[in-house]
This record gives sequence, structure tokens and C-alpha cells, in this order.
Amino acid sequence: MEPFRKLTAVAAPILRANVDTDAIIPSREMKSVSKSGLADGLFAGWRYTQIGGREPNPHFVLNQPAYRGTRILLGGENFGCGSSREHAVWALAEYGIRAIIAPSFSPIFFNNCVRNGILPARLPEGAVQSIAEDVAHDPQSRPVSVDLESQAVVAHGGACWRFELDSEAKQMLLEGLDAVDLTLRQREAIERFLSRDTAERPWIYLEPTAGGDR
Amino acid sequence: MTGSSRARGPRTLFDKIWEAHLVSETPGRASLVAIDRIFLHERTGSVALKGLKQAGRPIADTARVFCTMDHIVDTFPGRSDETRMPGGKAFITETREAALEAGIRLFDVRDPDQGIVHVISPELGIVLPGATLVCPDSHTCTQGALGALAWGIGSTEAEHALATGTLRVNRPSTLLVRFEGTLAPGVTAKDLSLALVSRHGSAGGNGCAIEYGGSAVRDMDIEARLTLCNMATEFSAMTGIVAPDEKTFAYLEGRRYAPRGELWERAVASWRRLASDEGARFDREIDVDAGGLAPMITWGTSPQHAIPVTGAVPALEASGLPRESYDRALAYMGLEPGTPLGELPIDAAFIGSCTNSRLSDLRRAAALLRGRKVAPGVRAICVPGSMHVKREAESEGLDEVFKAAGFEWREPGCSMCFFAGGESFGPRERVVSSTNRNFESRQGPETRTHIASPETVAASAVAGHIADARRLAS
Ligand code: SF4
Repeated sequence: MEPFRKLTAVAAPILRANVDTDAIIPSREMKSVSKSGLADGLFAGWRYTQIGGREPNPHFVLNQPAYRGTRILLGGENFGCGSSREHAVWALAEYGIRAIIAPSFSPIFFNNCVRNGILPARLPEGAVQSIAEDVAHDPQSRPVSVDLESQAVVAHGGACWRFELDSEAKQMLLEGLDAVDLTLRQREAIERFLSRDTAERPWIYLEPTAGGDR
Repeated sequence: MTGSSRARGPRTLFDKIWEAHLVSETPGRASLVAIDRIFLHERTGSVALKGLKQAGRPIADTARVFCTMDHIVDTFPGRSDETRMPGGKAFITETREAALEAGIRLFDVRDPDQGIVHVISPELGIVLPGATLVCPDSHTCTQGALGALAWGIGSTEAEHALATGTLRVNRPSTLLVRFEGTLAPGVTAKDLSLALVSRHGSAGGNGCAIEYGGSAVRDMDIEARLTLCNMATEFSAMTGIVAPDEKTFAYLEGRRYAPRGELWERAVASWRRLASDEGARFDREIDVDAGGLAPMITWGTSPQHAIPVTGAVPALEASGLPRESYDRALAYMGLEPGTPLGELPIDAAFIGSCTNSRLSDLRRAAALLRGRKVAPGVRAICVPGSMHVKREAESEGLDEVFKAAGFEWREPGCSMCFFAGGESFGPRERVVSSTNRNFESRQGPETRTHIASPETVAASAVAGHIADARRLAS
């Protein structure tokens, strides 16, 4: 996973509340059994003029020349709600999005972002609004900066906001760490837990054969 | 469980399960939590299993991993691996291959136990009180109805759970939702969930572990509790949970993967302690007068756009929505403010999904359909949640009731709960549906979904327009 430290890039507003993962990638676009090949389906329902088509809808923000090269999204409340499909995040990542700034995120979506190197930054609605206003003057020459180390978002005009992020999510993003590696470092603690728990709740631990066959 | 946590005074049900699963804890960081059960399905299962294999990581304990085929399998009678979804077959065959290779228990397309993950997991006693269970599906919260901590995760997290038997989780805040009172006739768990989301907004439970309590929940049978917990994710909660009680134990006893004999006795003795202690503190509490609720239905494109079935499309001010979302929802649904929902003609009716496709749901719908016919021009479909539900329904003759009324009787699966790319009701078709999501295009491009209880769906199918089942019943 690519580490995330600091990013200065074009930011695009999709500010409506409750942008759900069906909107981020409609199920009809999830044709692949793998994690790639999804960028074309990103926001397909809004991005193209027709269902299943590929003709760009000129009204959709990411299709506008002013927002070419967008790597940061400005979102509304409860961003990424709905289906847990990680395809939404894979599609965003493949498209090139590295950070999303919104007042709140759906919890599953938030975790999926962190595990795929996308920084989900929570800022109050007013702050997201004013960043969007700042950007709107000329998105290409007014990029937004996101600094993970200092947990700050800086608009081109200089206004700065700090965001909260738990230290683990921060470490994973900063180091581009795979969570499994991080956890397997605690193998001993897991073993200790299992030996105690097998005695306390034996009914949880199914026999491989009895559990697997009928 | 550590001695120190016990000494901390009264604890909530959530606290007890959480603490019993803590592998390690570091202040300010996510905790490492043991995962007792992992469920996969063909939509995301093969991705997770393949990812694991590519990384060269074995599954920590295959006996506690299960997989079903539900999301994109065909639900037409006589089905095979072919699906209406373009490219769908690959999901099925690759998941099968990966599951067999990994040595995990697979409920395949023709398995007598196949069905929707959140229907079969309780049915087979896979989910148990006090257990942690995860699945790459947002409606995993359904299973909290058995007193388990069950929640939806992404595929990468599923790989983590498979490889390590744990997940890194931030401790959620707790929310107690108390439904007090006796439900009026015709009011169901589905109506309670819709009423809750409509009052507090679809972000109202953001990230919380909800405990559903109160007399109305205690009075519910297990299937109704499954319906209630199903929609915790529609409230943006991490999960919903109901304290296990004698009904829970009676439901689980003898189920295939539930403990037996002496182990069963020990388990039940331990499960009896799974309730919030007197005086336990929640981060938030919400009280709902359940006795005062009516059957609900959605008018818009979010579960929070729900109103009593006797109501009319709210005006902007009454909707509590920002103008843009309001206008957009109305335009999508093809509605005008003030239109009574009871006057809206429908094109289709759907009974199915992990919310409302269990035997009790089908029985209640069939009771309304017996001796009646679906209105001309309405396409009506019933999809039992599992093979088990289907067999039981057929042994009671419910399939005959549905078919005689004009319903299609399908094979178990998610079916048209969501649009997988193949089968849909069609653009601008108006559907009354017992599912859980009415998002734009959820049931197909431009399809207009009104979510409601199976009773409301059945009554509407017969009337040919949105209808109040209580009037049909009397
Ligand atoms: S029935 Fe619908 S909501 Fe439930 S698991 Fe299937 S697709 Fe998801």
C-alpha cells in the first residue's frame, strides 16, 4: 500500500448528504471478480449520460475540465453509507482519489478507506463548504493540501483546519502498512487468548470435520 | 475476561461481549478483538479468499468459516450456475473453487441448506449468543438478534479476520433504543425500524452498537428481532443487538452448529449472564412509544423517508430534508407533495430479502393473500430466504397460496432485493418491497422502491395500489 504523508491536489465537491456506495459504484459495474478494473464504473450513474453507457455527462463534476486530475473529494454528511462493498473504495483508489474530506463517514466505508490508503478526514460541514467555495474560484490553480502528519487540511487561501484520526489508522496510512502484518506481530497474545477462551467457551470452537460435514 | 473489567461496576451487554473478546488493548488505538465466526458469500468471498492465497496466508481456523451462494445466484426454478447478471457465473464458480480449496463449509447453489447468509446463519445455529461474527455484508447486523455481536466489514477486513481470527476495531459508542408498549395489530418489527430511522435520520446511529430493548422487543419472537436488527445499518449503526432470553435458547436448541448435550447446558448457563446490568450506562438512549406506531412505508429514496402507510407525501418543511435532497427524491420517485400514498398505483410487489423472507413473514403475507388475487398488471414475486424456509413453507402449502394469488414462487437468494446487473423491475416501475433499501436504482435502473412490511406488500399487490393491510384483514 502506498504510504500517505502529504498531498496537494485538485479537490472536487460532491457535497450532498448520504452519498451511498451504490452511487459510488453501482452493482452493475462490479463485473470483475478482482479488486481492479473498477475505475470506469466510479459514480457511473452520475458520470455517464446513460445507464451502462460511457458517454460523459458534462454536468458531473469529475467530467468538467476544471476538475481534471482530482485526487481529493469534498463530501457531505454520512459519506459512503449503504452497502459494505469495498469496490467503492477500490474504484475511488484506482481512479486516483487519495483523500476524502467530509463531515462524517459511514463506519464500514471509513475502515475500507484506511485499509486502501485513502485518507478519510472529518471536518465540520462549514469547513468543507468553505474549502469548496475556495476551490470553486479556479480548481486547477487552487488545490487543497492535506497533511496527515500534522492532521491538517489547508485551503489554497490559507485557511487551515485540523482533523481527528485515531493513531492506528494514522500509522497504517503513514507507513502504508498492511493490517495483517501489524496483527500477526501479536501472535502470542492471540495464542494466549485462544487457550483461555477454548476452556471458557468450548462451544465456539467447532471440530473441523463435524463442523464441516453433515 | 479480566478481573479488572469485572470490578468496573455495571456493564452493558455490549461491554460484556466486547470485553470477552479483547485480545489486546492499547489506549487511543483500535483494539484487537477475537472473531468467532466468519461468513462469506459469492459476491465478495472469492475476492477475499483469493487475496489471502495471493499473500500466501492460510486461514487461521477453517472450521469457523462458512460461505453461501446468495447474492447473485439465479432465483428462477430449475436454476444452475448461470445468472442473469453479466459475468455473474464467474463469481459463483470462483467462489466455489476458492471455498473448496480453502476447506471451509460451503452452502452451494444446490445445497439443502443454501440461502441468504443472514437467514441461514441463525437457522443453522452458526451465530450464537455472546459470539462475534463478521461477514463482508452490511446487513450482518441482522444476526445481533440472537445476542451476538455481528457486523459488516469490507473484503480487506475479511482477509484480516480469516488470516488472524481477529479484527482491529475501535470500540464503538453504545446506544440503547427502548421500544416500550404493545404493538397495535398489523404493526411489525419492520415498522419499528422504519419509524426509528424516519425520526432520527439515517445517520442517527452513526457507528454505534445499538442495544434494542423495552417490552416490545422482549415480546417479539426471534424472527421479528432479526427484522429489527437487520435495519440497524440503515441507521448507520455498527450493529444492533438484543439480549438473549429463553426464546433465543429455545430457538437455537438442536440447530446443527449449536452446542449439544453437556456443552449446551454450559453454554446456556453462560448466555444467561448476557444482559445489560441494572444501572449500566449507555452513551446515548432513545425511547420510542412502540404502542403508538402505525404500519410504515417509504415515499422517497432513503429509509428515513418513511411515513405511516395512511399518510401523504410530506411537504418540504415537514420532510425535514434539505431542498436539494427533497426535490431529488420526489423527482426520482415521480411524486408530488401531498399525494396520499394510498392512491399510488403499483407495478410490482416483492416479498423477500434478509429483512423479511422468513417463515413467519411468509405466513403473515399468505394469510392476507389466501383466497385473493394480485391486481391485474401487477408483477408479484416471493423469494423465500432459504431452502429451509422454502421447504417449510411448502409443507404448509404456503407456496400454493402465493401461486394461486398470482405470485411467482422462487428459489432462495437475495434476488431483486438489489440489482446485480441482470433482472430488474424496469425503469420508473413502482415496487412495494419487503426489503431494506430504497436507494436510487437499488432494485434496478430508475426503479421506484417503497419499502414496507410483508403485510403491506401483500395488501398492496392485491389492491393494485399502496394499501393498508389492516383494512384488508378486517
Ligand atoms: S437480501 Fe438484500 S440486503 Fe440482504 S444480504 Fe441480500 S442483497 Fe443484502
